[in-house]
Amino acid sequence: MSLHIVSESLPDSMPVNKAKAQPFIDSEVICLQDVGVRYRIPSERIHSFKEYAIRRLQRKLQMRDFWALQDINLSIQQGEAFGLIGNNGAGKSTLLKLVARVFRPTSGRVLVIGQVAPLLEFGAGFHPELTGRENIYLNGALLGFTRNEMEEKFQRIVDFAELWDFIDSPMRTYSSGMWARLGFASATDVQPDILLVDEVLSVGDEAFQRKSLARMESFRENGATIVLVSHSMDLIETMCRRAAWLDHGQIKAIGSAGEVIQAYREGQTNPG
Amino acid sequence: MNKISTAPVYDSARRVSPALEELKALFQYNNLVLQMVRRDILTRYKRSILGVAWTMLNPLGTTLVLAFVFSSVFGSTVNYAAYVLSGLIAWTFFSQATNACIVNLVWGGSLLRRIYVPRTVFAVSSMGTGLVNFTLSLVPLILVILVSGIPLTLNALLLPIPMLFLAMFALGVGLIVSNLAIFFADIAEMYAIVLTAWMYLSPVIYTIETLPPQYQQLLKLNPMYHLINLFRAVIYEGRTPTLNEFLISGGIALSTLLVGWLVFTKKSDEFAYRV
Repeated sequence: MSLHIVSESLPDSMPVNKAKAQPFIDSEVICLQDVGVRYRIPSERIHSFKEYAIRRLQRKLQMRDFWALQDINLSIQQGEAFGLIGNNGAGKSTLLKLVARVFRPTSGRVLVIGQVAPLLEFGAGFHPELTGRENIYLNGALLGFTRNEMEEKFQRIVDFAELWDFIDSPMRTYSSGMWARLGFASATDVQPDILLVDEVLSVGDEAFQRKSLARMESFRENGATIVLVSHSMDLIETMCRRAAWLDHGQIKAIGSAGEVIQAYREGQTNPG
Repeated sequence: MNKISTAPVYDSARRVSPALEELKALFQYNNLVLQMVRRDILTRYKRSILGVAWTMLNPLGTTLVLAFVFSSVFGSTVNYAAYVLSGLIAWTFFSQATNACIVNLVWGGSLLRRIYVPRTVFAVSSMGTGLVNFTLSLVPLILVILVSGIPLTLNALLLPIPMLFLAMFALGVGLIVSNLAIFFADIAEMYAIVLTAWMYLSPVIYTIETLPPQYQQLLKLNPMYHLINLFRAVIYEGRTPTLNEFLISGGIALSTLLVGWLVFTKKSDEFAYRV
């Protein structure tokens, strides 16, 4: 217990990058206040209306509440790379989805300022039967871009993904690495204000991993905010200045990446 | 560098009206609606040799069968083939478009768990695809009308109005059923049965005059009766609809759409948890 390394808004949350001492550095772009997310799970899964109606009549409809996140207070500054660590099911992805507007909080408040690019699951919007080219356009539309913007982006996306040879083949013929490359390339073509990355850099070969890391790094230097979920402590430590450790939907520790990782590791070896 | 002041702000606590926000988001994502309609049309016609022709041949074939079977029963109806076909394509639009709402939203479910898209794009793009097919099926209708010797009047130019009303009504219904289908998987099956019954309760293959008087009044409670009639008025009867007919159909369409939109947007935040 007592691993509360809370150092919210300490001066050390300022990016080290001296060259980028820009006026907007101190502004808060992501803010979570007392946020909770509740999943309502029927104690038995009810699939059909018939079943629902019968149970409703018998008053046997029981719901089990499960709080995926509880009492989350978090504030992330512009230009910051923030890491999220924790075991599976701790609520890391749910937290990212709150910022991405996929989920609306059950309680509390989520405030996000800026254009968000979600890299939640690579190529979530890709359709296996459509070609890479068609998918880039469809995916662009899913991310809210207009057709004209996509015409302009197309070339660059395929260049970055290095997929010119396969761009007119259906995506089902792609390897998972190619799939991931196209996903990363289309989501990060234009620098977003906020980039959400969920454990996705583990796919793709090493050369592409380096390439994507370099791109994220350059986004951050240009003032983009990055929230990174990863099980790779090395990645968190190199990329992020601050981090938070989530455990069973609650923040166990928050502070500088090094300290939080240390606390997390200690928590793993001697739980409780 | 006033980046922040121009950046979009999302605040989960400040929520004026989900219905209005959804409308705004839908306009922002208009390209997505276009892309989805495009995808639907492309995938539908890519595989068949006759392609677009099927959209026109299909109602034509059905009409031939119906005209042959029922002409003895409803023989008194003038130009029965044109009567059936006009009702049939309006009905087909309605049933296909509302069904597409269910299919598209359930398909889109896996997306809704991963990224943010306005939830109504699935229903709205279903209407888009439906309207394209609807417009294509006007070709065989006009053909049959000309062959039957029905004069095509200038009133046919009013066609977009009944079509718009039908689309609004279908969107309202589609939003409600697809919303239910997210929560209960068997709604799709139930809706198929409802549609069959609904079709026979609408004057698609018969005229209202063939019914006993007491049922005629009942039939007028069916919104599709008014919508189909307005459609038939301009193309089959070739007359200008009365103001009353416009108002009733428009009122039905608008109020259904409004109710559907409100119900759907009220519930749509839960979708991500459910699908």
